[in-house]
Amino acid sequence: MDSRLANTWRLTVNEKKFIETALASDLRIDGRKPLEYRKLTINFGREDGSADVQLGHTHVMGFVSSQLVQPYRERPNEGTMSIFTEFSPMADPSFELGRPGESAIELGRIIDRGLRESRAVDMESLCVLAGKLVWAIRIDLHILDNGGNLVDAANVAALAALLTFRRPECSLGGDNGQEVVVHPPEVKDPLPLIVHHLPIAVTFGFFSTEYTMVVDPTHSEEAVMGGRMTVTVNASGDICAIQKAGGVGVPQSEIMRCLRLASDKAESITKNIKDAVEAFNTERMLRKIKRHSTAVAANVSIENDVKGQKDKLTAQRVNELSMSQMERLKLKPDESSISQNDGLGSEIRSSDQISNQRAEGNAPLFLGGPSSWDPHTQGVDPDFLKASLAAQGKSNPKAEQSSEDSDDDVAMQEKEVSEDVKPPSLATDSSETVEEQKTSIVKKTLKDAVKPKNRRRKKTRS
Amino acid sequence: MEFVNPEGLRLDGRRPMEMRQLRAEIGAVARADGSAVFEMGNTKVIAAVYGPREVQNKSQLSNDQALVRCEYTMANFSTGDRKRKPKGDRRSTEISLVIRQTMEACILTHLMPRSQIDIYVQVLQADGGTRSACINAATLALADAGIPMRDLVTSCSAGYLNSTPLLDLNYLEDSAGGPDVTVGFLPKLDKVTLLQMDAKLPVDIVENVMQLAIEGCKAIATYIREVLLENTKQLEYRRGL
Repeated sequence: MDSRLANTWRLTVNEKKFIETALASDLRIDGRKPLEYRKLTINFGREDGSADVQLGHTHVMGFVSSQLVQPYRERPNEGTMSIFTEFSPMADPSFELGRPGESAIELGRIIDRGLRESRAVDMESLCVLAGKLVWAIRIDLHILDNGGNLVDAANVAALAALLTFRRPECSLGGDNGQEVVVHPPEVKDPLPLIVHHLPIAVTFGFFSTEYTMVVDPTHSEEAVMGGRMTVTVNASGDICAIQKAGGVGVPQSEIMRCLRLASDKAESITKNIKDAVEAFNTERMLRKIKRHSTAVAANVSIENDVKGQKDKLTAQRVNELSMSQMERLKLKPDESSISQNDGLGSEIRSSDQISNQRAEGNAPLFLGGPSSWDPHTQGVDPDFLKASLAAQGKSNPKAEQSSEDSDDDVAMQEKEVSEDVKPPSLATDSSETVEEQKTSIVKKTLKDAVKPKNRRRKKTRS
Repeated sequence: MEFVNPEGLRLDGRRPMEMRQLRAEIGAVARADGSAVFEMGNTKVIAAVYGPREVQNKSQLSNDQALVRCEYTMANFSTGDRKRKPKGDRRSTEISLVIRQTMEACILTHLMPRSQIDIYVQVLQADGGTRSACINAATLALADAGIPMRDLVTSCSAGYLNSTPLLDLNYLEDSAGGPDVTVGFLPKLDKVTLLQMDAKLPVDIVENVMQLAIEGCKAIATYIREVLLENTKQLEYRRGL
C-alpha cells in the first residue's frame, strides 16, 4: 500500500530480496506461477444486490442500492451511478478512518471508469420521468481484508452485486401522468438492471528487474513491485479501461502482451461470475415461490384448496418446476397487482382446473368457486385426517390437538402448494402421488420447517 | 457530431495526426527551485518544483530515497464554468497520484535520501490534455531545478473518433465520449510509464492509438530538449561563459 502512510507494514530487505530472487526463477511466494490467478469465490447475501468476493486472502463486499433523484442537467434522460469505497481500518493497518486515501480514490475511479465509460450498465433504462426523476444507482464497496489486488476483487464484487440487484418497478400515475408510483416488491416483481457486458479488471505487477511481470499480486508482492497496471476488459475482448499510473517503465510490446493476457483471464472470470449469479438467481426463484404464496396466503386461506391441492411438492419437484414457475410467476404479478379479488379468482380458476383433473384420482373433494371460501363448509377430508393421526402416533389428547395442528399446518402447506401447483403438468402427476403425499405431507407438517409461519404456529400452540 | 470532416480536418482545422502548437517557458516562478510553463494549444499549465529539501513530515522520511510529493490543482478560472473546488476532489487527487508516480519513476531518488521533492502543478487554462501538459511541465521544472532524472518524461493523449485515430485531443473531442488514451513515455529508454485509457476499444485499435500517442510523445521530447538546450545556452551567456 502507500508507503507514506503511518502504520505501514514495511517489508524487510531480506524479504524483498527473496521475493525478487524467487521471481527470477518464475516462482512466487504463494506457489503460483507468474501468470496464475488466485481462487475467486463469490457469495451472495440474502438481499438482492449484495455480493461477497474472496480472492485469496483479499475480501471485499459490494452492495448496490437505488434511489430516485433528479438527473443531471446535461443528461436529463439518463440515470446516475456512483461508486463509494470504504477502506475499513481492519483490512490493513495503513487504512485510516475518515476521508479516503489516495489509493481508495484511485480504486473507486478505476472501477467507475470501467463501468461508466464502457457503458456496461444501461443508464437510459433508469429514466423514469425525463428531466425530473431518474434512478440513482449507488455501489458501495467495503474492503474487509487486504491480501493484495484490491482492484480486481472490488470490481468483481461490484459486478456481482449489480447483476443480482433488483430495483423496484415504478409506473406513472396520477392525474396528469406525472406522479410516480413505486411498487413494493410484494406487489410487483423488482426489475434487474440492464448490464450489457461485464468489464473485468486484471491487475499486473511489474518489478524493477527486467521484464518480470506477475498477474494478481499479493500484498507482499505489492510492497516490492515497482509498478502496476490494471486492464479492464470484457469477455468479447474490448478493452474498457487501462490504468498504469506511473511506476517503472515498460516497453510497448510488454504492454500489448499484458492486454492480450488480460482478455484471456477475463473470459474465465466472467464465466465464474455468471455461474455464481445463475446459482443465486435459481435459489432466489425458489425462495420467491414460497414467499409469493405467503403473500397471497391471507386470501387463499378462505379459498379452501385444502383438498384440491393435496399433492405436496417435494424439493426436487420444486427445482424442476422452478423454471416453469418462473414463467407463471412472471405472469402472476400482473394478475395479482390488478386487485386482490381478481387474483383470487385466478387462483380459484386454476385450482378448479386442477381439482377437476384430480377428480379421477380421488373423490371430488370440492368443485371450487366462490361458494367454497368458507373453510368449514366442507370440512377436512376424513381420510386425510385419519392418515395423519395414524402417522403421528401420539397420545390421544395430543393427537387431537396435533391433528388440529396438522390440519392447520396442512392448510398452510396446502396454501403454499396451491401456488406451486399451477402448471397442469403437475396436476397430472398429482393423482398418482396422492397416497404417498398424504403421508409425506403428514411427515412434513411436523418435521419440515419450511415455513416460518408454520413453525410459529406450532410453537404458540405446543 | 462530426469530428473529422470528409476532407480530413478536425474541428479546429488540424489533421488527425497533427499536434497542437507547443510553447514552453522555463523559470516562470522565481521563488521556486525550478519552474516552467507549458502550453499545448489552449491548455496552459504552470509547474513549480521545490527540492531537494528537508522532509517536513518526519513520519514519511525514507532513509534510502527521496520523498516525492505532487499536488495538482485547477484554477477556478481555468475551465469554462468557474470551478468551485480547485483541489481535493477525486479527479484532482487521482491525477496528483498519477503525476507523482510517473515522476517518481524517473527521478533518481536514491541519490537524495532523507529529502523531499515537491512538485506543484496548476492548470491555468484547461482545453483537454491537462494531464499531459502537467507532466511535460513537471519534467521541464525538474530539469530546471537540476534534479537528476533517468530520462525526460513526456506525455501526450490520443483518441479514436469517427474511426480515425486522433492525436492530442482538445476538450470538445475529449468530451465526445470516445476513448481517450494518455501515454507517458521515456523517449531514450523507449518505455511507457503512464498509460490511462477509458471507454471501450478493441485490442488492435488500442495498439494503433497507443502507437500514435507514443509518436506524439517523441515529438514533444524533441521540443523539450530544444527548449532545455536554449535555456542552458542563455544561462551560459549570463554567466559569461
